[in-house]
Amino acid sequence: MRPVLKLVVQRIALGLVLLLAVSVVIFLGTEALPGDTAQAILGQSATPVSLANLRERLGLNEPAWYRYSTWLWAALHGDLGVALTNGVDIATAIGQRLGNTLFLATSAAVIAVPLAIILGLVAARYNGRWPDKLISGITLTTISLPEFVAAYFVIYLLTQLIPIFQPVAMVFPGMGFWERLHAVALPVIVLVMVVLAHMMRMTRAAILNVMQSAYIETAELKGLTPMQVIWRHAFPNAVAPIVAVVILNLAYLVVGVVVVEVVFGYNALGQYLVDHVAKRDLPVVQAVGLIFAAVYIGLNILADVISIVSNPRLRHPK
Amino acid sequence: MADQLKKMAGMVAKGALTRREFNARASALGVSAALASSVLASAARADEPVKGGTLIAGIQGGESTNSLDPALAASDVPFMINSTWGEMLVDVDHGALQLRLAEEVSSNADASEWKFKIRSGVEYHDGRTVTAEDVVATLMRHTGDDAQSGAQGIVKGISAMKAEGDMVTLTLESGNADLPFLMADYHLVIQPGGGMDNPAAGIGAGAYKIVANEPGVRTTFERHANYWDSATAHADMVEILTINDNTARTAALQSGQIHLMNRVDPKIADLLKGVGSVTIERAAGPGHYVFIMRRDAAPFDNNDLRMALKMSINRQEMVDKILGGMGSRGNDFPINAAYPMFDATIPQREYDAGAAADFYKKSGHDGSPIILQVAPGAFPGAVDAANLFAASAQAAGIPLELKLEPDDGYWSNVWNVAPFCASYWGGRPVQDQMYSTAYLSSADWNDTAFKDPHFDEVLVKARGELDPAKRTAMYSELANILRDTGGLICPMFNDWVEARTNNVGGWIANPAGTLMDGKAMRACWLTA
Repeated sequence: MRPVLKLVVQRIALGLVLLLAVSVVIFLGTEALPGDTAQAILGQSATPVSLANLRERLGLNEPAWYRYSTWLWAALHGDLGVALTNGVDIATAIGQRLGNTLFLATSAAVIAVPLAIILGLVAARYNGRWPDKLISGITLTTISLPEFVAAYFVIYLLTQLIPIFQPVAMVFPGMGFWERLHAVALPVIVLVMVVLAHMMRMTRAAILNVMQSAYIETAELKGLTPMQVIWRHAFPNAVAPIVAVVILNLAYLVVGVVVVEVVFGYNALGQYLVDHVAKRDLPVVQAVGLIFAAVYIGLNILADVISIVSNPRLRHPK
Repeated sequence: MADQLKKMAGMVAKGALTRREFNARASALGVSAALASSVLASAARADEPVKGGTLIAGIQGGESTNSLDPALAASDVPFMINSTWGEMLVDVDHGALQLRLAEEVSSNADASEWKFKIRSGVEYHDGRTVTAEDVVATLMRHTGDDAQSGAQGIVKGISAMKAEGDMVTLTLESGNADLPFLMADYHLVIQPGGGMDNPAAGIGAGAYKIVANEPGVRTTFERHANYWDSATAHADMVEILTINDNTARTAALQSGQIHLMNRVDPKIADLLKGVGSVTIERAAGPGHYVFIMRRDAAPFDNNDLRMALKMSINRQEMVDKILGGMGSRGNDFPINAAYPMFDATIPQREYDAGAAADFYKKSGHDGSPIILQVAPGAFPGAVDAANLFAASAQAAGIPLELKLEPDDGYWSNVWNVAPFCASYWGGRPVQDQMYSTAYLSSADWNDTAFKDPHFDEVLVKARGELDPAKRTAMYSELANILRDTGGLICPMFNDWVEARTNNVGGWIANPAGTLMDGKAMRACWLTA
């Protein structure tokens, strides 16, 4: 396990450097946007005096390097500060919304990942025959629908035609687990539809690729059924590419679902980030941006580790 | 005839018809005034308030950046939230003053000094009592030199404020007969101590007390047990949900997850009428969608060119296609029948390609493209409207072209900066405020760079004029000046198009603002 440990340590160190770079990029990007927080808050009702007063109060008159370094210094000490726009404590607000983000992503992943892999195995088993074509056809259709179209479709189907769910998926502290699940049912369905195809197709392709090998022929010759061959011999050797795609989709479920959040009014991180970008609320944008970057980097390290552990040649390098 | 009368009375109860219109139509039917008023009274009685339940509104126009500080409220959700926990000195309903925290309003002869008697014994949510000092402190917070308030421009004409016992005295730089109306501005929620120490505390004297507030998501309230106005605040609990997506908001209303919604997309209003459980509510308000030319920028410094553009816009087409018929045509000044002292005799400007072409020729414009800057968020349907405008202008030989701008930063980078762009106005309770906000030479938001000394003079004189007939004539003159020389192209006034489920009672249209001018949560009740 030594090389793996070394690699993880290396990657984490690199990840931290990356996060620092990301924070600089976020800062510069937000600075480059036209207008500032004061203008964004007051909007059409801004007067020169109220703008100047608000800028003064928010500390927007300080030079950019000063604002960045004070933010960084505080952040390194674990203080994310308060939102410029409404003075809400960022750590508290993010804590709750991060929980909601992870709840939605986990709910979708728990359904989508096993389903995609099973469908991929079945499609590989019946390669070129009707189950393969049916599975590919359906999943490619759902991934091709833009998320909001899929969302409107399930809203129509499951709140109007068959009214079993509610269109607005907000969750609140104090809601029970099942109540929460019921609330997020529609966004979960949409997310499953969106991520299924990618993982399913990758599983199928990876398995089919391995199925060309000589040892598979041996396994068939010793009389195993096709499903046994796939499960015991092909799948373990196809894990690395599958894991890479699964992780990519998990990352997407955490950081990329803002459209779904907006349509269903789901109070998670994506919408929170977009609202604050629109208001140029730098401390919040920094904090959420860094969380997203950290999730991405962390999951990628995880994918590397799994593919190394699953591959004896990488596990025991010469 | 009796059926027709009852139906009309029902329309009055719902606000689709004013009492005056009702009386006029009733007398046209040959009904005696006594019978008409008794029918009207029984229609109003048919709706007895029901106490209890949780009333839920789904509203577009909220962000997780919203604050409870009334000074910083700009979009619909904060407006609604503040109107639910807060109370102002007065409200405005159909152009008339409604006394709220003020019990009496009076002025001296030239309207330069105003006295507000504060209602006694009104309690804030935290048990403190509303005092005259609180009122003065609140106004100070919004008007002071260090104010960061959206209301700052509105109340800056006040030169001195004084609190004595239960009396607030405001002294103005010059007479203003409309001053009490300005106190109805939604920023001017009276807060304990003026909200100086914690402006975003969300503690006021309104009908409902905040239980939990998650900005941009949900705010829950419970009834303020000691609310002074026992005729309102019917539901035990109310909730305001931010639902920015049109489809989700509409679906939530249809499925009963919410009871009230704002901003029904005009395109689907007709479809929604067919849904059994839902009623569409409309109110013809003072809000308008505009294209604004800055009079200080070429080529819009030429009145013939401005007139050419004004003649080349097809207003009826805009009302039909952009508002789905839910609005009325504008006449290039920012006032309509929603305002008191509106002059309805000013002729409606029509689309006339021939006249537009004549004006264009007279202007001597060199034929280079005239650029109209527009963003989807300038007003709902802005890009479509600009395209219609360009097409009808081109039909008159005017080289009008569009430049698409992003929504992001539109209000700081394009509006009030670009020579010609799309925008909107929400309207104001009185004419003076609308003109003073955007057309006075010295106005902060003079987005058409309209500077006319005579206009300013008449506007300021009208403020101090207490004779309604003379004042109406003055406002008519202002309207005509703006219509014929201003930089404002006002093609349409948009109705408020909102919806409620049928188990919501107590809805009375109020054109001054969205959802009964923010009063829906305290005025409505649930029948089942």
